[in-house]
Amino acid sequence: MESFSRSTIDGFIKKYQNGTSSLIATLQDIQEACGYLSRDAIAYFSASAHVPLSKIYCIATFYRSFSLTPRGKNLVSVCLGTACHVKNGENILHKVGRDLGLEACEGTTDDRLFTLEKVRCMGCCSMAPVVRINDDTYGNLNQSAVPKLFAHYRKAEKE
Amino acid sequence: MKVSSVRDLEKLKAKGMATLCPDKIKIMVGMATCGQSMGAGAVFDAIAAGVKKNKINAVVKKTGCIGLCHEEPLVDVLLPGSPRLTYSRMNQEKVAALLEGLRNGAVIKGALGRMDEDEFLLGDTARPYKKGKVKKEILSVPAYKDLSFYKKQKKIALRNCGTIDPEDICEYIAKGGYFSLASILAKKSPEDVIAEVERSGLRGRGGAGFLTGRKWRICREAEGDEKYIICNADEGDPGAYMDRSLLEGDPHTVIEGMIIAGFAIGAQQGFMYVRAEYPLVLERLKKALKQAEGYGLLGKNIFNSGFSFTITISRGAGAFVCGEETALIKSIEGEWGEPRQRPPFPAQSGLWGKPTVINNVETFANVAPIMVRGASWFSSLGTKQSKGTKVFSLVGKVNRIGLVEVPMGTKLKQLIYDIGGGIPNGRALKAVQTGGPSGGCIPKELINLPVDYEVLAEAGSIMGSGGLIVMDDRTCMVDVAKYFVSFLADESCGKCTPCRVGIKRMKDLLEDITEGRGSREDLVLLENMADAIKESALCGLGKTAPNPVLSTLVYFKDEYLAHIKDKRCPAGVCKALITYTIDRKMCTGCGACVKVCPVSAIEGEKKQPHMIVAEKCIKCGACFEICPAEAVVK
Repeated sequence: MESFSRSTIDGFIKKYQNGTSSLIATLQDIQEACGYLSRDAIAYFSASAHVPLSKIYCIATFYRSFSLTPRGKNLVSVCLGTACHVKNGENILHKVGRDLGLEACEGTTDDRLFTLEKVRCMGCCSMAPVVRINDDTYGNLNQSAVPKLFAHYRKAEKE
Repeated sequence: MKVSSVRDLEKLKAKGMATLCPDKIKIMVGMATCGQSMGAGAVFDAIAAGVKKNKINAVVKKTGCIGLCHEEPLVDVLLPGSPRLTYSRMNQEKVAALLEGLRNGAVIKGALGRMDEDEFLLGDTARPYKKGKVKKEILSVPAYKDLSFYKKQKKIALRNCGTIDPEDICEYIAKGGYFSLASILAKKSPEDVIAEVERSGLRGRGGAGFLTGRKWRICREAEGDEKYIICNADEGDPGAYMDRSLLEGDPHTVIEGMIIAGFAIGAQQGFMYVRAEYPLVLERLKKALKQAEGYGLLGKNIFNSGFSFTITISRGAGAFVCGEETALIKSIEGEWGEPRQRPPFPAQSGLWGKPTVINNVETFANVAPIMVRGASWFSSLGTKQSKGTKVFSLVGKVNRIGLVEVPMGTKLKQLIYDIGGGIPNGRALKAVQTGGPSGGCIPKELINLPVDYEVLAEAGSIMGSGGLIVMDDRTCMVDVAKYFVSFLADESCGKCTPCRVGIKRMKDLLEDITEGRGSREDLVLLENMADAIKESALCGLGKTAPNPVLSTLVYFKDEYLAHIKDKRCPAGVCKALITYTIDRKMCTGCGACVKVCPVSAIEGEKKQPHMIVAEKCIKCGACFEICPAEAVVK
């Protein structure tokens, strides 16, 4: 089964071909619709819009917001901006990594519930150190506050 | 309705005034990202529901960030004919008390500050909120102009942030917005506009400080019928959120600035390049553009002048290098964001090879005020070479974290101590970092320096876009240098060798030093490499990348030497060089550390002094954080 809907991507291709959308914007649209840039989706786009796959790959790997692998249900972003760094954000990151079982401090958990990523500043410096889960921001954290962060999302998953 | 004359604009102004200063109670909630992350959304909902339930005759409005980030969520109450009162750190309990007070007509206690007047752009007037007699309890609340956080501030770019509803164009117009555009299109030539901006001495607020008027002139004089305006809202410096707050709190001031710039250089199309990590900015900008288009302030034949201008949003995709202008242009074109050699400068050959002006968000926010109040008003503020004001995000180890705007020439010391309230927990100031990864660390001995492009550059840093990170004695300067270099090693686009390889090698050397493998020769090598990268990197980001290392090497050499010679990190940050131990005399044996230790490295009987087994310890610092008796030492 394909990981995308052809008609959705056809719509993006139209916008790309008539010049109302750039290649980056088109890939952003595809990612938003599919959750990530799946291999078959970009192959289909490449063939239909006559854009070399190598060029798509180049852009998808140059910009950080693109993902070539499926992401977890919840996106956990640990801020490592300067303000968070001087307030021990690094320790928070490692604690989050340990708690999620992602020792490399990035990637997706086996149950696909969480994807962990590092962010260089979300502009919430007044509440450093900061962790964001989806759209919710948690600030003024210390390591012992970290386990509680995930409980809510794990519970929601069970229900 | 299409606005085609000043008279039409006056009608919208009246509409805006009706909600800006209504005849009934007005409640405003600070709803920028900083407020929302502290729970302003729930506060807003509770107030809106409470007002409805209790049938209180009040307007409830969203507003942007007024800069008091450390006091969020903030709620302001404006009673008709009475000064505006600000309430801080709002929660459900405080909301209930506030609603109760409003119902009974009582003055709600605990206000943080009192604003007596609102400043309007037109006619340079400060309009007082109060009419007639004001209750004694209200007058006993400290006035904003007496609060240490505000006393030394002067707001031009941020003038509307935290006062107007950013999602309502009429409130922006009520404050004097778009009148400047109307009068320019009716009475002035592009040449007049450029001359006025030149005379004002306005310089680019993105960091490098190029004269805005000169840039516009170069672009105006460049050959070509098609020209473009780009607003750089790719705020990538970590620790900086000025542009985010500005666009979230007052998007129209930036839009108006862009339209004026378009008229001045002869462009009909503008682009707003917004950083991927700012979803709220995107949302507010989209609304603002739609409203401006709806009233014909963007589009064809603006104010029946024959001048047309449109603005398109371009979403960034997460690359620090795209803050560099030639890389940003590539990114709008849909390519990967690699910078190119300059000249030609974008003002001569930019987007799709056409002459293009790229200015920062804050630069555009200054344009309308300059055009309304005049170049000499603007240039009367600031220093000899740096005019006007500068917005800073004052963050890090400082008591009053926030967004501030001060006249150029304000001393760093005034920013940290008078406005910021000094260093928390009675610790000592060590340094202040400006300019993000392109800037440097200024030691405490130099905090009498004024905020000025040339002075900061001479001290080995740069003005930068406005991130100001305060560091105390528990911040390791070698670690800070390593932090910035690692950041840049991650973000280097890889096009030129000095940046791609050189910065990576500097990172390796700094890692050696912070992990106890460094030698004195490494310091010489670091300096040589820094000089070589400065000389030979392709773009501005590469050329300035060594600044954090060079400035710390100049001012904090003893800290480097402590890491190298004594294998010691004086600030207790570098993990490889510290060991955690428990002071037996201080330990109460409460066991809090045992519970948080992820590797069970802490042993001890209840109520007896504990100890850390060094072989097991991973130095995560959890015990250090949790110990109530401060018995864990490093």
